[in-house]
Amino acid sequence: MKMKLIVPLALAAVFAVPVHAASSDELDMKAREMMKDSFKETGIAKKHRMLQLDFQEACSQAKLPPTAVMKQIEAEQMKTIKWPSDGKYYGDWKEGEKIAISGRGLTWRDKADAENGGGCYNCHQLSHNEISYGTIGPSLLEYGKLRGNSDEMVKYTWGKLWNAKAYNACSNMPRNGDAEILTEQQIKHLMAYLFDPESPVNKR
Amino acid sequence: MANPMRIRAAAKEGVTEVRVLMSHVMETGQRKDSSGALIPAHFITELTAKHNDKVVLSAQFGASVSTNPYLAFKFNGGAKGDKVTVSWVDNKGDSRSDEVQVS
Amino acid sequence: MRNALKLVAVAVAAVVVAGTATAQSTADDIAKYREMIADGNPAELYEMQGEELWRTLRGPKKATLEKCDLGMGPGVVKGASARMPRYFKDTGMVQDLESRLLTCMETLQGIDPKLVIDGKFNSGERKTMDALVAYVVTHSKGDAIKVDMSNPKMKELYALGERAFYYRAGPMDFSCATCHGEDDKRIRLQDLPNLTTHKGAAAGWGSWPAYRVSNSQFWTMQHRLNDCFRQQRTAEPIYASEVTIALSVYMAAKANGGEVMTPGLKR
Repeated sequence: MKMKLIVPLALAAVFAVPVHAASSDELDMKAREMMKDSFKETGIAKKHRMLQLDFQEACSQAKLPPTAVMKQIEAEQMKTIKWPSDGKYYGDWKEGEKIAISGRGLTWRDKADAENGGGCYNCHQLSHNEISYGTIGPSLLEYGKLRGNSDEMVKYTWGKLWNAKAYNACSNMPRNGDAEILTEQQIKHLMAYLFDPESPVNKR
Repeated sequence: MANPMRIRAAAKEGVTEVRVLMSHVMETGQRKDSSGALIPAHFITELTAKHNDKVVLSAQFGASVSTNPYLAFKFNGGAKGDKVTVSWVDNKGDSRSDEVQVS
Repeated sequence: MRNALKLVAVAVAAVVVAGTATAQSTADDIAKYREMIADGNPAELYEMQGEELWRTLRGPKKATLEKCDLGMGPGVVKGASARMPRYFKDTGMVQDLESRLLTCMETLQGIDPKLVIDGKFNSGERKTMDALVAYVVTHSKGDAIKVDMSNPKMKELYALGERAFYYRAGPMDFSCATCHGEDDKRIRLQDLPNLTTHKGAAAGWGSWPAYRVSNSQFWTMQHRLNDCFRQQRTAEPIYASEVTIALSVYMAAKANGGEVMTPGLKR
């Protein structure tokens, strides 16, 4: 008796598919399959890169998620921030400039042991001297000069460099520290580039 | 064998404008491939342009000219239906010659 | 204190003005440079090769592509790429120009599509594909982008393409929208079209495939998308895979009515 019921239902389902347009849920599922099946592993770019972290999924729409969801993501990401192990926030601004200029690393053409760049200039204006800068992020020209170097500002900047999602859940900026794009030492160099009065970011 | 050039020649008020697009790698001999080995120099060294049988332009090319070079020049004279021939020779002895009718 | 604040405000305003002026003149210079070289777009060299290849007997079947149906009937090239991607009844699939050419190469010439799908850019059959694409797209230059969205499969791919466009993943959390979701943004000095708008999509979709002056290469849309994903730091999209078709449908539909400017000329 049960069998008899199931068979016609299954047939109905098969015939129904081409007739009605796919629902939003069905499309979501198909899209997930597509993002899995349309990609292959090349070099260091493994297939697992196509799997989404929870916050990546929440931030994958034209609209931002609800405020409560954003707050929750930010609180979780805040926990990932590692403060400088020796309590020192600054490295060498000259090294920082090199890291800010380099956009290299983590593509399928790069080697696993290569040192990554920060790619800062792709999106931000920083120094008085570099005219080739992007505008996806805000201008950081005279960053330290305009904002000062209060404990609060220094800590905020470190945290933002380490994991921007702790301050804005769906920020365009990568999680440099948390995603191991940059090392702690590299982030210290960038801190010096932003805050050192002698850095061309602040000194004309 | 070398790939064809695209040549356009147009006469207007007694002056013919010629535009040439060449297909050539124009390797400088200074670049390295992905394994670090030097890529051998390979570039056009001489170019000649003729209006019918008369040479109207003779040029020396070198490694500083870009890949797939573009060259535009004008010469006095020339009429619709005349022949313009452009030929080049590269440092490996390869050559190419193409001709077009003036429009 | 008030005076000091005012001074700061004036200084900031001056900096902003100076910054805009520099960026503006740089953009102007780039536009001027483009104009200078536009007359001799080396994509024409690829087009010439492609035209020859179209008529060359190739593959195990020793056939030409002259009977290839790009949607306008066998052998019709004029206006074909302006209407792609499109749904093809014979394959039952939505295909972009490259995937359709793969079908023609396979059915007419007996050339294994894997030679292109698993190949490398700028070599072998992918290089052949570049030339063929250059030939076909040149014959839609100046046409209006006219993609027929009435087929349900086109609608579904549009919806999937939109999801792919906003899909954030990988070590840098990027999606297509990170760079192409807002007006008037740049990476370094490179202007980025906002592909979520008609204007931006028409500018972007309408000007690829293109010859890139910086590396002297002709890039098909498949190559363009591949390099976008490389810079997003995702895994590598498979040539002519569903995601590449879906994103193409998404962009082309947004661009509908815009002008085909292919082959374009890029930095």
